[in-house]
Amino acid sequence: MDFFTFIKPKNELESTVDNSKQNNRPFVPDAMWIKCPACNTMLLATDMEENLNVCTKCGHHFKMNARERITLLTDKNSFKEFDKELESKNILDFPNYDKKLADAKLKTGEMESVVTGRALMEGIDVVLCVMNPEFIMGSMGTVTGEKITRAFEYATENNLPVVVCTVSGGARMQEGIMSLMQMAKTSGAVKRHSDAGLLYITVLTDPTTGGVTASFAMEGDIILSEPNALIAFAGPRVIEQTIRQKLPKDFQTAEFVLEKGFIDAVVKREDLKKTIVKLLSLHNYSSKEGE
Amino acid sequence: MSAYDKVLAARDAKKLMSVDYISHLFSDSFFECHGDRRFSDDKAVVGGIAMLYDMPITVIGLEKGRNTKERMERNFGSAHPEGYRKALRLMKQAEKFHRPVLCFVDTSGAFCGIGAEERGQGQAIAENLMEMMTLKTPILSILIGEGGSGGALALAVADEVWMLENSVYSVISPEGCASILWKDSSKAAEAAECLKMTAKDLFDLGVIERIVREPKADNQNMFESLKLLISRTFEKNMAVSTEELLNNRYNRYRRIGNYSEISIEENN
Repeated sequence: MDFFTFIKPKNELESTVDNSKQNNRPFVPDAMWIKCPACNTMLLATDMEENLNVCTKCGHHFKMNARERITLLTDKNSFKEFDKELESKNILDFPNYDKKLADAKLKTGEMESVVTGRALMEGIDVVLCVMNPEFIMGSMGTVTGEKITRAFEYATENNLPVVVCTVSGGARMQEGIMSLMQMAKTSGAVKRHSDAGLLYITVLTDPTTGGVTASFAMEGDIILSEPNALIAFAGPRVIEQTIRQKLPKDFQTAEFVLEKGFIDAVVKREDLKKTIVKLLSLHNYSSKEGE
Repeated sequence: MSAYDKVLAARDAKKLMSVDYISHLFSDSFFECHGDRRFSDDKAVVGGIAMLYDMPITVIGLEKGRNTKERMERNFGSAHPEGYRKALRLMKQAEKFHRPVLCFVDTSGAFCGIGAEERGQGQAIAENLMEMMTLKTPILSILIGEGGSGGALALAVADEVWMLENSVYSVISPEGCASILWKDSSKAAEAAECLKMTAKDLFDLGVIERIVREPKADNQNMFESLKLLISRTFEKNMAVSTEELLNNRYNRYRRIGNYSEISIEENN
């Protein structure tokens, strides 16, 4: 007997439907299918996962959470997390923010929209910050800024390069002016790291917008982006509302921003790690094992 | 006054603009500089060199314009990337000649449009934030009207930030906030309260150093006292070493949202 034929769930409503024709076909629950927004192909979730959350047909890059990305980029078991317990507070007593934070923590299992730490990439020691699209749209709260600032300060003290993977809806409205100030704070830490002659690589992923674009995302020595990522200061909807006209189709994609001269390269997810390692080597960072 | 009254006062077309402060404080000594040397001259940013008593300084302001014609010309005070690059060029020039930099901030935000995005609005702002943090000369920023998000911050990374009593400073406009939160931009007044965007709120949050009384156009004495206050601040900051100046500036922002007290363990 085919394995799939007996896991089909029984549903009362279905009893009136003649299933005889379908009974011999394998059944796959809907949750296992994902529709690619770029090419409309229905993709099997397991295939997608194996393919690093990239559409197997057209190469569209889906979002990836922070932990998945850390696994993708770092050597096995090498990631040592910083400031794991640092969590946001509702500093302004903003309505419903406590609940929003609690929901985000529950949904993601993370305390904030960025995970920071030290790791090895092909044996090369780096400080890595990875933002999480699932935590209030990767928005920058006070603690997001604080963790990134600490990561840069740590890297400066220890002469380490920094790799930051961005994904963000911008500054976090619920923390008002305090979140805006994180743009200045993180930029200050990036500048000190830069003045110390250390390498900073940014990897922009879909979407990187607002206050994150207007601060550390655009401050890398080398700026990479994943294909088809939205990279913007103001998002397309805001611009359409301001100027009251439709935007061209590929406006604000990684490829568009590359053409305009604001990023160095568009790199496929499967090539990210080796590209970063290559750049680290080009800046004379090498594996500790060689010493 | 409610928070939203302050927002309306900050946006009032009759209030004093950057060009008014420049003429009241520096009269004929002001020489206006134009252009970013890269793309064009953005009139939303006015900048140049002026004498503050016997001290040459660089003055840069976001300027909305007074009447319809001026407002069109100045794009309602919403700068394009070239505006921020013009500001940065003037700051770098100030650094070279060791002149202090005075910034007036009055904008609803950096411009959102096709050209602005194509020419790297985010990159232009980011570069200002980074460069201002280590600009080797004193910087003072005064919010004289609206301080709209990143577009305001790009002229407000400074040793001290002051706000006029009727100015506001926020990460998002109250209308924008209300339409996101409640899908209803008419609830802007409620949003303005939530955002804590008045001078008093920001002073209480430790984000600004001073609240300045609103000078009246016909009262030159009020400008004279403001001028004295600015001059004393610059004198104080010109007297400290560059290293100390920059450390203080870094720490001014570093302490905002420093959660060291609840950090459980040190980084390894």
